[in-house]
Amino acid sequence: MAKENDIKKHYQNWKNHTVAKGTSRFPERKKNFKTTSGIPIDTTYFPREDPRETYLEKLSFPGTYPFTRGIQPTMYRSRLWTMRQYAGFGTAEESNKRYKYLLQQGQTGLSIAFDLPTQLGYDSDDPRSEGEVGKVGVAIDTLKDMEILLDGIPLDKVSTSMTINAPAAILLAMYILVGEKQNVPREKLRGTIQNDILKEYVARGTYIFPPKPSLRIITNIFEFCSKEMPNWNTISISGYHIREAGANAIQEIAFTMANAIEYVKSAISAGLDVDTFAGRLSFFFNAHNDLFEEVAKFRAARRVWAKIMKEKFGAKNPRSMMLRFHTQTAGSTLTAQQPDNNVIRVTIQTLAAVLGGTQSLHTNSKDEALGLPSEESVRIALRTQQIVAHESGVANTVDPLGGSYYIEYLTDEIEKRVWDYLTKIEKMGGVIKAIESGFIQKEIQDSAFEYQKEVESGERIIVGVNKFRIEEEPKDLEILKVKPEVRIKQIEKLQEVKKNRNNSAVEEKLKQLKACAENENKNLMPPIIEAVKEYATIGEICGVLREVFGEYKENIVI
Amino acid sequence: MNELVEGIISGNTRAISKAISLVENDGPDKIELLKEIHRYVGESVIIGITGPPGAGKSSLINVLIKEYRKQGKKVGILAIDPTSPFTGGALLGDRLRMQDHSTDENVFIRSLATRGHLGGISLATSDAVKILDAAGFEIILLETVGVGQAEIEIVEASDIVLLVLVPGYGDEIQVLKAGIIEIGDIYVINKADQMDATKLKTTIEYYLELSPDKNANHRKVVLTSSLTGSGVDSLIHEINSTYNFFRKKGILNERRKTRIRKEILRILNSRILESINQTFNGRNFDSSINKILNKKIDPYTIADSIFEEMKKRSQT
Amino acid sequence: MGYLEKFLGNTRKTLLYRGIREMNKKVRILIAKPGLDGHDRGAKYIARALKDAGYEVIYTGIRQTPEAIVKTAIQEDVDFIGLSLLSGAHNELFPRVTELLKKHGAEDIIVFGGGIIPEEDIPFLKSKGIKAIFTPGTPIRDVIDFIESQKEAKNNE
Repeated sequence: MAKENDIKKHYQNWKNHTVAKGTSRFPERKKNFKTTSGIPIDTTYFPREDPRETYLEKLSFPGTYPFTRGIQPTMYRSRLWTMRQYAGFGTAEESNKRYKYLLQQGQTGLSIAFDLPTQLGYDSDDPRSEGEVGKVGVAIDTLKDMEILLDGIPLDKVSTSMTINAPAAILLAMYILVGEKQNVPREKLRGTIQNDILKEYVARGTYIFPPKPSLRIITNIFEFCSKEMPNWNTISISGYHIREAGANAIQEIAFTMANAIEYVKSAISAGLDVDTFAGRLSFFFNAHNDLFEEVAKFRAARRVWAKIMKEKFGAKNPRSMMLRFHTQTAGSTLTAQQPDNNVIRVTIQTLAAVLGGTQSLHTNSKDEALGLPSEESVRIALRTQQIVAHESGVANTVDPLGGSYYIEYLTDEIEKRVWDYLTKIEKMGGVIKAIESGFIQKEIQDSAFEYQKEVESGERIIVGVNKFRIEEEPKDLEILKVKPEVRIKQIEKLQEVKKNRNNSAVEEKLKQLKACAENENKNLMPPIIEAVKEYATIGEICGVLREVFGEYKENIVI
Repeated sequence: MNELVEGIISGNTRAISKAISLVENDGPDKIELLKEIHRYVGESVIIGITGPPGAGKSSLINVLIKEYRKQGKKVGILAIDPTSPFTGGALLGDRLRMQDHSTDENVFIRSLATRGHLGGISLATSDAVKILDAAGFEIILLETVGVGQAEIEIVEASDIVLLVLVPGYGDEIQVLKAGIIEIGDIYVINKADQMDATKLKTTIEYYLELSPDKNANHRKVVLTSSLTGSGVDSLIHEINSTYNFFRKKGILNERRKTRIRKEILRILNSRILESINQTFNGRNFDSSINKILNKKIDPYTIADSIFEEMKKRSQT
Repeated sequence: MGYLEKFLGNTRKTLLYRGIREMNKKVRILIAKPGLDGHDRGAKYIARALKDAGYEVIYTGIRQTPEAIVKTAIQEDVDFIGLSLLSGAHNELFPRVTELLKKHGAEDIIVFGGGIIPEEDIPFLKSKGIKAIFTPGTPIRDVIDFIESQKEAKNNE
């Protein structure tokens, strides 16, 4: 093509003369520029291919395959993303108040954070729960707590996201039963459970059972929901925590996709048709500081997923090929030094998520490197989203950065490198093998170590941390504190429930649950719902499952 | 010192761990301590566990501990990891797979770094073994990573050696090539839930049949899974019967004698070098080195003259 | 340095291999994660960076009880314990570690902590025997300086 050669010739010329002349007077700041994931960055970009030839195949229009530019045709022109602030702390009563406050402030969805004992299937009175009850989220022991938590919140109107993995089935059961008490049938309930155990093994650490039974539980949920809860997102396959653990943008997408492939495979091998469940799979990603790389990351992820579903799994329904995702701004970028600076970081990350076409977004609060966020800082975080949505104008057209030479270059590069990882993992025998051998953990840790080294050496500048530092007064930030009394209160409540429930019915239901767990071909959801209904505790239910399934031991590679 | 010895004999954790530090650091009281405890040593069964990285040695040890604890036995574990030759630092992460037993009074786990002594670690390791032995640990498990020279020396500190392998990583070829297979008394194919395990078992058994070693046909191959704990009981059974076989045939005694012989040699070796160091302290050998470099003289002649001078000095 | 070291220069390791071993007390550090949170990025980074700084580092993995941590520290005869916690349970769990050390007569082991720890909690933790708290963004140099100064103070005792 004469035209193309023409551009290339000009480029060489420009580089050899104009740039050389310029840099002789003003040398570039660094010898090599690269993105956070190490993709080299050139001085500038130019059309490297004729868009008329590749546009439809690589980008096409929003809402059409391969969905690079967005999964809906009109995106935010029709409906803005869901602003969903992750919250929860202390007792169910306190969290209920915070949810009502957030809904009043214009938040459009709930996002429930659970404390660690709940996430690990321990009751509040378990010795291992010491110091942890109500700390990073709300403490839930029985259905009773869930009733209090959602009191006065109309479950037919809000959609609820629950960050719960190993015991996801139990919390889902509780949600269904609270819905029933509000006269909302389960098919009308809208929301998401995280339910993504594979990333727990490599990044977040709140696993209970080994991979095999864990995948069974997940598949059971897929099957149950495909029949009974058509509006429920059965899983939120999460790159967020992989990124927080230190992975770069490419690894975040690659390892998340590898996990997703495993879930789809295990559902298919359990006899489910791909199009019956794939439309309810959702994703959860991180929005980091490297603005353009992040935007490109989201676009590349959509294209990769569409191809995986269509080409690898033969999905027919376009909905099965759409990558729908929630985004949270990167917690690990927040600094304890000069915490006000975090507001600016979160703003950039918000832009990344929105320009990348997210379906919902949580923005972190400026004080989260110091402790739980105060009400005021949560409000600022929410206001950041609202300003981007309503004042910046970036939501007025779909994929505004599409066609930028730089963005398309990065999108292609990320996609290519993601495929390289996926091929490698496939060759290892799949993601579970890659986890068991420690490959994925090692990759993440090496990236984390490199990143930190760059910060330590000053090669990577973090404002206020390794440059532009100031002597800071002791911060008088108003940090939310969870009082130690929470555990005592929670234990009292638990004892009360245990006294008033039908204990022989609980025992009976737990026995049935155990029998079900021992039979691989049965779905665990119905007996879990039965046990929850009788106010069996999370600790009791997980105890039964631990007995049958055993516990996972971490495979540490440092 | 007496306090420390009493502490060890009575099984006091702090005393044991301080004593191990003493031998590791080559502290001034080390020799005295080792002399003192010698009469309490010799009761433990010392099991060396080696194999390539990623074979699941630590997880296997975790389930072995569990089984031995069920039998009421006290178990001591020494996990040896390499020191970085560049920084002198070490990251000791093996015990984390054994943390199930971290609060059990009758389980003592200690991580040792090789500290750049290369094979020299074997001296510290066998001293540490003696301390655990004197402290009444009936079973002592020695774990080493990899299959290098240092590992072989550590293996020599054991009564019985388990070689842990995992199928599917191409290790079998490596192991056969390197002749490492000779060091195992029992072959453990871990993660036996994998299909290739049986294939690997056949390969090893075939190899053992061909082996010129007359005891080779007593060597057993055991399949285990440290995930489910399956096969561990039969592994322990094999350990016991091999141990008894060794005892009956005098192999155990032979091994212990070899160990003592080597130990004396190592001690002497270090003494002699130390005394050379003292005798010639401060003397400059640059001219000799230059002479050797310029082929005026050879290193043997230089060594001879040092040795002769040493002998003369020790006579006076 | 004795003549032999000079003589042998870089081949010293070969000599050590043959059995001479110097007095070689190494600083040993236990990096431990009490509590239930699984965010081990910081703990692993510290472990690796301290190893690179020449220390012997023992890492326990996540979800360790204070009892297990203290037991491990004693068996490993460490000089320092670094506790990493991000869940907010530090006021309960850090003091528990120092209490148990005292109970076992091992209060000479120096304890420091890191993680998301509000400034207002630091005086309390220090009063419970936690010698230093490192919040996010602390350069590794600070941790090493702390270890070195504590080591020196201990040697001068």
